Amino acid sequence: MPAAIQCRDLRKTYDGKVEAVRGLSLEIQCGECFGLLGPNGAGKTTTIEILEGLLEPTSGEVTILGHAWQKNSREMREWLGISLQETRLSEKLTVRETIELFASFYREPRSADEVLGDLQLGEKADAFVGKLSGGQRQRLAVATALVGNPKILFLDEPTTGLDPQSRRQLWDIIRNFKQGGGTVLLTTHYMDEAERLCDRLAIVDHGQVIAEGTPSELIERLGGHHVVEFEASGHSGNGTNVDPWRALPSVELVRHDNDLVCLTVREPHLTIPALLDAVEKQGAELLHLTTRQASLEDVFVNLTGRHLRED
Amino acid sequence: MSLAQEIPTTPSGLPTVRNGRWSAFSHLVIVRMKELKREPEVIFWVFGFPLLLALGLGIAFRNKPADVTSVAVVQGARAQEVMSLIARSAQASSIRAEVLNKPQALKGFRLGKYDLVVESDGNGGIQYLYDPARPESVLSRSEVDDAVQASAGRKNPLPTSAVISNEPGSRYIDFLIPGLIGMNLMNSGMWSIGFALVDYRQRKLLKRYVATPMRRSDFLLALAGGRLLLMVTEVGLLLGFGALVFHMPVLGSLLSILLLSAIGAVGFAGLGLLTASRAQKIESVSGLINLIMMPMWIFSGVFFSYERFPAVIHPFIKALPLTALNDALRATILEGAPLTSQAGRLLVLLLWGGIAFVLALRWFRWT
Repeated sequence: MPAAIQCRDLRKTYDGKVEAVRGLSLEIQCGECFGLLGPNGAGKTTTIEILEGLLEPTSGEVTILGHAWQKNSREMREWLGISLQETRLSEKLTVRETIELFASFYREPRSADEVLGDLQLGEKADAFVGKLSGGQRQRLAVATALVGNPKILFLDEPTTGLDPQSRRQLWDIIRNFKQGGGTVLLTTHYMDEAERLCDRLAIVDHGQVIAEGTPSELIERLGGHHVVEFEASGHSGNGTNVDPWRALPSVELVRHDNDLVCLTVREPHLTIPALLDAVEKQGAELLHLTTRQASLEDVFVNLTGRHLRED
Repeated sequence: MSLAQEIPTTPSGLPTVRNGRWSAFSHLVIVRMKELKREPEVIFWVFGFPLLLALGLGIAFRNKPADVTSVAVVQGARAQEVMSLIARSAQASSIRAEVLNKPQALKGFRLGKYDLVVESDGNGGIQYLYDPARPESVLSRSEVDDAVQASAGRKNPLPTSAVISNEPGSRYIDFLIPGLIGMNLMNSGMWSIGFALVDYRQRKLLKRYVATPMRRSDFLLALAGGRLLLMVTEVGLLLGFGALVFHMPVLGSLLSILLLSAIGAVGFAGLGLLTASRAQKIESVSGLINLIMMPMWIFSGVFFSYERFPAVIHPFIKALPLTALNDALRATILEGAPLTSQAGRLLVLLLWGGIAFVLALRWFRWT
């Protein structure tokens, strides 16, 4: 069976100047939920729109279920359900009318009533789109993608700006689609979303994949599953005193974030007592100390030196 | 299709519906009509505004009863004679004369109550007191003089006659209504297509549509189809309004009027499509549409005949699509001219629409 989505050495240059995508390759298998994780402006939307056949790449190849976009594009669109990052659907149509309109574009769509039920929009079926909440609108956008009964679902930042409850509702919808055998490609800049939802993901920065794997593999690569963060007074951490912390037992990585020191450690019970001693020896005072599980955020920060959501 | 068989079947195995070839087209047309119906301001600009314009202008330029001139005749020797000469004249019905003493007559004249003062000149004749700066006073002088001279027995060396013309078909309102139909076809063609497309593009809805298997041609056909459906209502409403309220004669057949309107509507839809082919913002397309329509409002003979412009620019005016449409509508509605006699005008319309459409498709940006 061909890969659901495959692209090789994708490049996209806007106006001959701005390089949005710089040699990006992906292979997504059928039945997978794959995430493109990266900060704003990393080239996620450009990449997903090239894969969706909406943008022409400057160079590189794309195949969807083994087929290239150049021919058969209308046939290929029958297999895909797409939710763009920002689509304002007609406000003067009802939810049902909107879903029925999108259903009419496909040869064999699902029934509007079923999709309404699946996406918990049944109560709002006759409400105007203009009257929906943000979460309901986003579910409607996904409904218009699902009504065509797609094999592959593309979601560009499906939960950006949503409240936690709406996000969880959407995650359930995406999981259900996957359980039915569907393939999902989504972009997000929420690491928790990527961690919980995706079987595999690619971290994208400056138009390139800088790391790829399952969420746990990526965290594994940090060397430790735990992060110890602390701040000590009388000690300036401007990168000059990295070594004392790096020498502590079980420490894999050291990172300075303003005055905060972040240690990625394998075994916190070995590191912390040694850390306390070291602080005391320097004559400094510990202002605070926390430990937590390492996350994809740490992976990203370690790879790029930046946070995912830097405004 | 063999292509579909290589692809894993529907993952979900969920029940599906089968759509026919024209399901997308018909849904797009229905949705377009619903969207329009649910925008009250659209209903007003498309239907209410032209009717109000027709009503207002029709009333302002209605045919008033013939003007009556008021004359003060100063008491004295010839007063009764003048009065009877006027009463016997052919113009008696349009001259209202009163006998007054001189101060009253002069005061009334000053106040504009009378257009003319008639008195004896003391030498056996009569004299007129009038104000050459007041057109109605000048008119009154010649009217009254003509009346009394004729009644007194003057023979005209050249026999003349006059016929009053206010028959339906030659009045201002009859000129106006076909012009308003033409203007309305232009306005709603340009706005409903141009505005809708840029709005869809701005909202990323065009991009969302082309991300589905929807045929792009179906989408454009549906826009045109919606336009034609609306056109029938617009034209019918204005035509019916003119015929019922102002008794405008409709000599051409309804079919040829609708066919002509359809060609006009599609032509302007093509121009609307061209203006909207690349614009990303509503503001820029609004400016563009106004820029294109403005010269036609002025030159194309909507409210007044373009014959008033110097003859040298007539060829340019006649090459404008709205001029061609207005001329053709007037000829068909008011004179009952067959469409075959208007090939030139139809060609102008079709060329504008056709060239605009081809260019629009070349430049059109879906995303």
